[in-house]
This record gives sequence, structure tokens and C-alpha cells, in this order.
Amino acid sequence: MKKLLSRRNFLKGGLAATASATVLKNKDCQASGDFDGYPDSMGVLVDLTRCVGCRSCEAACNKEQDLPEPAKPFDDFSVFDEIHHGQKRRTDETRYTVVNRYDVPELDHPLFRKFQCNHCAEPACLTSCFVNAYTKTPEGAVIYNSKVCVGCRTCMIACPFYVPTFKYSSAFDPKIMKCIFCYDTRLKEGKAPACVEACPQEALTFGKRKDVLKMGKQRIRETPGKYVDHIYGEHEVGGTAWMYLSSVPFDKVGFDTHVPKEPILNSVKDFLAIVPMVLTIWPGLFIGFHLLATRKDKIKEMEKEKNKKNDEKEEQV
Amino acid sequence: MRLFSKERPEIPIVHHLKEDGTEWTIKEKLWLGLSVPEYKKQFFRNPINWLMIFIFAVGVPLILQRYIFGLGSVTHASNDYPWGLFLGFGLFGMVPLSASGFMLGTTVELFGRKDFHAIERLALLNGLLGYFFAVVFLEVDLGMPWRLPYPMFVSLGPAAVLFLVAWHVATYLSVQIAEVLPAFFEWIGWLKGKRIIRKWVLGLTVAGIILSTLHQGALGALFTYAPAKVHPLWLSVNFQWIHFFCSSIFAGLSMVIIASTLIKNFMGWRCDDEFKDNLDYITIGLAKGASYAMITYLVIKIVAVAHDQEWSYLLTGWGSYYMLELGAGVVLPMLMFAIGARNQWVTLIRFGAFIAALGIIWNRLNTALVAYNWQLYQEIPHWKEVWITITIYSLYFLTYRFIVYRLPIVYGWQGEK
Repeated sequence: MKKLLSRRNFLKGGLAATASATVLKNKDCQASGDFDGYPDSMGVLVDLTRCVGCRSCEAACNKEQDLPEPAKPFDDFSVFDEIHHGQKRRTDETRYTVVNRYDVPELDHPLFRKFQCNHCAEPACLTSCFVNAYTKTPEGAVIYNSKVCVGCRTCMIACPFYVPTFKYSSAFDPKIMKCIFCYDTRLKEGKAPACVEACPQEALTFGKRKDVLKMGKQRIRETPGKYVDHIYGEHEVGGTAWMYLSSVPFDKVGFDTHVPKEPILNSVKDFLAIVPMVLTIWPGLFIGFHLLATRKDKIKEMEKEKNKKNDEKEEQV
Repeated sequence: MRLFSKERPEIPIVHHLKEDGTEWTIKEKLWLGLSVPEYKKQFFRNPINWLMIFIFAVGVPLILQRYIFGLGSVTHASNDYPWGLFLGFGLFGMVPLSASGFMLGTTVELFGRKDFHAIERLALLNGLLGYFFAVVFLEVDLGMPWRLPYPMFVSLGPAAVLFLVAWHVATYLSVQIAEVLPAFFEWIGWLKGKRIIRKWVLGLTVAGIILSTLHQGALGALFTYAPAKVHPLWLSVNFQWIHFFCSSIFAGLSMVIIASTLIKNFMGWRCDDEFKDNLDYITIGLAKGASYAMITYLVIKIVAVAHDQEWSYLLTGWGSYYMLELGAGVVLPMLMFAIGARNQWVTLIRFGAFIAALGIIWNRLNTALVAYNWQLYQEIPHWKEVWITITIYSLYFLTYRFIVYRLPIVYGWQGEK
């Protein structure tokens, strides 16, 4: 009797453990499958209709991040006319953010667009990095560790916004240079990044991503006709921490509207899925081919041996 | 070499023993059995070597410049085109052309086609050197080349495609070294090593197929990280890895045909009769295999266009360029292979192989450079970048020649085996 009871207890315990393991495991699986960003991560809403192109944000960034002094001072607005390879200015190893001017025919005034890392929820730079140099912090910043970087520049290929830049000028200490949301100096302590703080027009609004997203939707709703009904960055490449409001279609002010509406990693998953299949199926399959292809040789060998034995027997007889 | 092989019957070396019964030393074998003045004489008689000297005279200082003053001093330091010729040609172009090792390894060892045996070692060597120099190109391109082992041992990002490429190229390089070592062991006369590897040959071959499938495919999959940057005709998110893998099959076979043609014509003294007598037959066989791979590749290319509904792109300028690439780079050599194989026209096949190899390099350059950022602008590489690429390729050529001159690759070792 005692024995039976203990066995029942054992079974009960075993079942309970299995069940809880299944439930717990399920939960984990779900979490990794549908990760849509850290809930309390921070974000910035950029309102293009408010930006006047004063370049204060560029100056503040330059100072905060200890970047080299530019050739033209920050109050020189001729930089808006600079064209390289038919393109407007872009970020590089000397500047993590730039403001560009766009002349839109429908409007009687130009629009200005600030450009920097958008700090994606599921960053392509991070997922393409084979040494894990990138981290998406719970605060929302995508930061980079130059201590492990090999300099392969795949992150620059993968970033749909052309954000990471490379310090090509250095032979012994090259690294990726990009906006880090002022993580080390400000964001970690809950403070707004330097560019946001410097904006005199309140074109940049810093807050929890979900709050600034709500605010953006509210602005669209409350001032009908002022904005196009889209917040760039809400869904682009799976959602970004920096989001944009504009009064004209986004492709007219330098945004790439062809980027996928899901994380870049999704387009790579097809390949990643075949890797374990090849690793497990190929060995058996090709050894099988080998056995099939060489079966005639085997048969010949066996016959030879048989004949040999027969010959020996005959000799003995 | 022809000069000496007539006068001196013991040259080229094919045996441990000299005419008089004494053994060749390793040093003598390295000098091809010639005295130093004789070696110099034959070296400077060859116009190719003068070309090499010219390339290196300019190229070596440029490589030094790259390592002292940074990548920016020899390239355009583009943030829009992070990968230039070093990877576009050196990695993406060299690796498919080196698929020969696993192709012929599979044919001979796995499928038991002993009739291709005469070319197996050349194919394995071609594979090994191609991969090795792809890594050399990578070492020129990487920002921090001294951190090459980081993805293996220091900081691992196993979910990234490049992680697969790194691991597979590294392990496959080891597999290929093991596959080529028997030739080296015969040459130095250490037969125990050869026997050990002989036991492992089937395992090595299967490992070669797995690793090749995955990293040839992975090189293609790298571009699926840029779905909004590469022109849709050159990027199929679903089929990119198959495109790269399938095209590597005929690229590798074509490269073996090219290498064997060059060796037969310019290094006849080094080939033995087995190699020379079987080469036409083997070339026809390789062409047959390559043309099958090409028709498969073309079908998957069309499937990709249909799958992504890209027919309208074919009518644009990009579409014409795309069809030119497929027409001149794949369809033309495919027909040359097929007609050549049917009528036993080996010369036609050999020309076809040159076109097919150029076609693959063209395809990889198109994917990595021309059709990349198709909506922005075209990047034309800096002349120094071009020259360094040619210099590294010349180093590859010299290493290749150095080994084929010496090891039993296109001849059988006469001594104990």
C-alpha cells in the first residue's frame, strides 16, 4: 500500500513538473517569436512641419559626442546646397546627425528633415552582426561595442536607413560611428538626448515610445489636413524609436518608403531555416548516394571472393 | 622548363630518387632540381613573370599604404557602398569559382566515378587556393584584420548569416587542406600521413558537400539583409541562397576546365600521360555536368522573377542589363558546353568555360556593386582598390603555379605511394 501511494505521488509530481515545464516553455517561445520591443523604451517624435533648419541639433550632437569641428560652422546654411553623387548630405565619421532641406513644389516654404539612427525595435545591424557588437538597450538605444567589432561592415549593408558609418581614416583603430541616442551620457539616466534638448522649435519630442506615438496620432487627428495620415517609423522595419510626422508624402522629403514593414531579419529567415535541414539530412542522403553508386563494385568484389572460395574448395576436392 | 627537361632526363622530378640512386633533398625538390642560376634563367625567360614583377612593384606599396593609413587611403571610403571590389570580387567571386573541390571530390569519391580521377587533385587544389585567397581578400578588407578569430572564439553572434560563412569557410578550409595533403605527403615521402587521410576521405567529402551547400548559399543570403537596396531582379529573398549555390556548381566546374587548359598548354612538361590522355574526355564530362547545372540555374532564376512578380522590371533598362548578364554569361556558355559535349568539340567547351567563369564574376559584381543601391548612384572603385585586387589575384596565381610545378597534382608520383 505504502509503495503504491508513493508511486502515485511520484506520478503526480512528474506530471505536474512536465505540465509546468510545458507551460513555462511555451511562454518563452511566445516571447521570442513575437518580440515587439521593450515596453518602456524611449522614443522621439520628429515633426517636420516645426523644423526650421537651424542646425542647433547638429551642433549639440557634435559637442556631446566629442566629434571633430566641421569645416563649415553650424550657422552656415550653404551646407543645404551640398550635393555628393547626386545625394544630399549624409552622416559619416564626423557627424552622427544631419539636417537637410527639401524644396517641395506644393509648398511656399522648404521642409527640413533631421536624420540620425532611428533605433529600430529589432535592428538589422544587430541581427546581422556576427560578433554581437550591437545591443538594443531596454531604454531603446541601439549601442555598439567597438571592442569586439571586426570591421566587416555587414551592419552598413543591412541597415535600411544607411546609418552606420565606418571610420575609414584609421588603420589601427577603425570602428563603426553612429548615433547612440546619447546612451552613455544621458539616456541611461532618463534624460533626453542632446539634440532634442537643443531644439528651439520643439520639433523633437522625447518620451516613452508608446506615448510619443500616441501624441503623433493625436496631432494628426486634431489638425486635419496639416499632416499626411502616416507616422513614419510606427511600422517601418518593424517599428523604430524615432518617428516622423510630415505635411507632404514622405518620399518627397528624403524618406525611403519602400523599406519593408517588418524587421529586416524576416527576409533572412528563409535561409536560416534551411541550415539545420542541410546539416541533418545531407550526411544520410549522400552516404546513401555513395552506397547506391558503388553497389556494383561491391557486388563484383563479393562474387570474386565467392569464386575464390569455390576454387579453393575444388582444389581441396 | 622545356629547355632543361630535354637536356636532363631526371627533370621534372617525379621520383624520390635521382638517376644515380641518391635521394632528392627537399631543398632540391623546391628548386625543381635546378641549380640557382638555372632557376633564375628560366624564371626571367618567362614574360608572365615580368608582368608579375610590374604588378607587385606598384601593388605592394599600395597594400602597405592600406595597412598603415587605413582603408580610406586606397578606396573611396564609401559609407553607401561598404563592400567594394575586395569582397565583391575577392570573396563573392572567388568562392563560387572554388566550388570545384567539393564537386570533383563528390564525383570521384562519393559517386565512384574513377574516370575523373586524373583531375581530382587539381580540382581540390583549385578549391583550397580559391578559399584561402578569399580569406586573404577578406583580410585586406576587414577594418580590424587582426580580429579574424573573434567570431569563432571571442564574441559569438550565432544568429547572423556571416557567422555561418565564417565557421563554414574556416572548417571547409581545414577539410580542403586535409584533402590536398596526400599530394604533399607523397612529395615529402611520408606515407603514414597519406594512409590516415585515406581512411577519412568519405567523411571529409560529405563534410565538404554540407559546408559548401551552406556557405555558398550563405553568401547569397547575405544580400537578403538588404531587401530594399539591391535591385529586385538581382535579389530574391526566397531563392537567393539557391541561386548562389546552384551557380557555384558550374562556376567551379568551369574553373577546373580553365585551370586544366592553362596547365596543359603552358605547363605540358609537368603533366603525365594519364592527365594529358584523359583531359579531353574529362573536359567533355565536366561540360555536360555544368550545362545541366546551368539549365537548372536558369529555371530557378525565372521562378524567382515569377514568384516576386517582377516581369515588368524586365522591360526597363535594368531588365535589359539583367537579360544581357544571363544571356552572355549563362545561356551562351551553356550552349557552347552542350554543343561541344555533343560533338566532342573540346576547344569550344574551353572557350565556353572562360565565358562562364567571367559570367559568374559579373553576376557577383552586379549583385554586390552594380545593382546594389540601384536607386542611389553607381560607385566606381578607386584605381588603387583595383590595383590591390589585381595584386592579390596575382599572388594567388603565383601560389597556384608554385604548387602545380612541384606537388603531384597533374602527374602521378612515381615513387612508393
